[in-house]
Amino acid sequence: MEAGFLQHGRFQALLDVLHGCGYRCIGPQVRDGAIVYDALSTCRELPQGVRDLQSAGSYRLERTSGLRYFGWANGLQALKPMVFAPEETLWRVQRADDGALRFSASRPSFANLAVIGVRACDLAALALLDRHFLGTAVADPCYAARRSGMFLVAVHCSDPSGSCFCASTGDGPQASGGFDLALSELDEGFIVETGSARGADTVAGLGLEPVTASQRDAAARQIDTARARQRRGLPSRDLRAALVSNPEHPRWEQVAQRCLACGNCTSVCPTCFCHAVCDSMELDGSAGAHARIWDSCFTAGHSQIHGLTVRPDTRTRYRQWLTHKLGSWHEQFGRSGCVGCGRCISWCPAGIDITEEAAAICSGSSDG
Amino acid sequence: MDDPLLPHEAEVAEYIRESAGIFTLRLRFRDPAVHAGYRFAPGQFNMLYLYGAGEVPISVVSDPLDDTLFDHTIRALGRVTRGFAQLRAADRLGIRGPYGRGWPLDQARGRDVVIITGGLGCAPAVSLINYIVRRREEFGRLVIMQGVKHADDLIWAERYRRWSQMAQTQVVVAADVGTPLWPWQVGHVTDFIGQAHIDARKTIVMMCGPEGMMRAAVGGLQAYGLPESAVWLSMERSMQCAVGRCGHCQIGGKFVCKDGPVFNYPQVRELLAVRGL
Ligand SMILES: Cc1cc2nc3c(=O)[nH]c(=O)nc-3n(C[C@H](O)[C@H](O)[C@H](O)COP(=O)(O)OP(=O)(O)OC[C@H]3O[C@@H](n4cnc5c(N)ncnc54)[C@H](O)[C@@H]3O)c2cc1C
Ligand code: SF4
Ligand code: SF4
Ligand code: FES
Repeated sequence: MEAGFLQHGRFQALLDVLHGCGYRCIGPQVRDGAIVYDALSTCRELPQGVRDLQSAGSYRLERTSGLRYFGWANGLQALKPMVFAPEETLWRVQRADDGALRFSASRPSFANLAVIGVRACDLAALALLDRHFLGTAVADPCYAARRSGMFLVAVHCSDPSGSCFCASTGDGPQASGGFDLALSELDEGFIVETGSARGADTVAGLGLEPVTASQRDAAARQIDTARARQRRGLPSRDLRAALVSNPEHPRWEQVAQRCLACGNCTSVCPTCFCHAVCDSMELDGSAGAHARIWDSCFTAGHSQIHGLTVRPDTRTRYRQWLTHKLGSWHEQFGRSGCVGCGRCISWCPAGIDITEEAAAICSGSSDG
Repeated sequence: MDDPLLPHEAEVAEYIRESAGIFTLRLRFRDPAVHAGYRFAPGQFNMLYLYGAGEVPISVVSDPLDDTLFDHTIRALGRVTRGFAQLRAADRLGIRGPYGRGWPLDQARGRDVVIITGGLGCAPAVSLINYIVRRREEFGRLVIMQGVKHADDLIWAERYRRWSQMAQTQVVVAADVGTPLWPWQVGHVTDFIGQAHIDARKTIVMMCGPEGMMRAAVGGLQAYGLPESAVWLSMERSMQCAVGRCGHCQIGGKFVCKDGPVFNYPQVRELLAVRGL
């Protein structure tokens, strides 16, 4: 619901309200040539006047003369590391002198996060992670602890990168739900929408101004432009049948020749959930811990059982990645696992483009 | 809060050495309330935690109605299972479970049952055979087909001999490589499916073992005109969480840990046909 207009110069007031409500604000910032999420105390830390140039195997930032805070597409991380930690202890165990074992659950101690500048694709990915970690009879306690209390401030995309294709997956450039607040950034300020009661409470005292018709038009136009500017796309939103019927397509071998199996794609992908477990013990043998750590289907260990690696080569591992992401995700979660964020394309050291590979395999042709 | 990943402390009540490298742990939960609340079905598995080393999935092989102890028969293969082999009575470990879907025993009741297994005492089949043999009169003809690579790999030879003497029971054991005194068949166990005299109208087939063996068995069963829906199989994949979260056990869209490990053949027909999924 439209709440009003916030002048660009008053953006700090929004952060102050959130801090005042006890949230720890996290926002996009430039670090080592990329945009990352980090603790945000003032709006001066935001990537103002920055744009990102992304293409297959390439991510670069550039200064612009503009004053917008969110005139770029996305950074390396989505929301995934904030809810599903790259490494976390699940439980600990203590061993008494008589050998008795005492197990105790470990929970993240966590301040409530308010994340500023969340993209539509990242919200769609978060909804998928929520289904994976919370949508069963027994929720994942660590994920639930991190997720509950998270306050999300979305910003609709005005400047997609060369890798983005959320328009084709239906997940952007406009955030359609799952946020507490959503902002349309115009040169002079922000149209503020609320998506939840606590979102509305937060902005109630901000003194928002009425939104003018021309501001509303400008916001709608920039979404249309953002959609139209996207050059990449998937052949269809449901590629399950095409992928499942092509497990021996020669293209799998061709892409395997280029793929380094480094796992960058699975770690930047906002929906990949695979993790391995790792057990450790104190040096004196009195206690141990059981942790999980992000894993990737590109590793040999991912499919190892004693004496057999089920997916023995890069061909079968790349096939798992693509077929799971764009195919079997439908069976598991009722939709594709790709939200079109383009990260796996930009951050692939070999410049492999998921949209090209999907098109080649699903069209039945083996070249091109 | 109810934690799906937190093990309960259990203790070894008895350690039974079955053969070189294979042993049975007879266990009870230390907390009597946990023990009393524990129920499982044949074909389901537990996650067993060896202190400081890690967790592994292991089938429960004891009888589901025996509430005194529950048993795991384990082959010492790697880091964790070799550690379990060192445990002795009163030693402690962590257990959580049971997980997965077990064998369709209600559907099998009253019908002829064919069990085909390959590899060394394939554990999910052990629980199944034990269950049926203890309730022999509730089932029709029973055919147990066991394949091993080498004749020396067969454990529990005495049990196979005993089962073969039960009424209405046929046992076919085959080794790819035989020895001079080997009393059973030589060849792939699936080569002998023609000798099982299956009545397609009233037989249910349950199998577990290497996927190549199961593919070959399905081929052999087709000659009988057995409907595919009468075939069930237990799959093995890497399992690190057992609750459908870690992603390791996936085959196609299935999470073997919670959608399986026992599947009806038509559910996995296409998946089984592709190598390296
Ligand atoms: C449903 C199910 C039921 C089973 N039931 C039984 C049973 O009743 N009895 C029985 O004996 N066995 C059973 N197994 C097999 C048993 O789980 C394995 O033998 C056991 O996991 C071997 O563990 P290990 O640590 O001893 O062996 P290892 O070979 O040391 O490790 C085995 C597992 O650890 C992981 N691993 C090892 N090294 C690495 C590495 N470097 N990086 C990442 N991961 C690694 C792999 O995922 C591998 O699958 C069952 C398996 C399943 C899936
Ligand atoms: S598959 Fe690639 S484009 Fe799709 S959501 Fe994952 S990282 Fe983004
Ligand atoms: S199997 Fe691969 S593609 Fe699927 S969630 Fe795991 S890492 Fe991602
Ligand atoms: S074992 Fe983790 S998802 Fe099945």
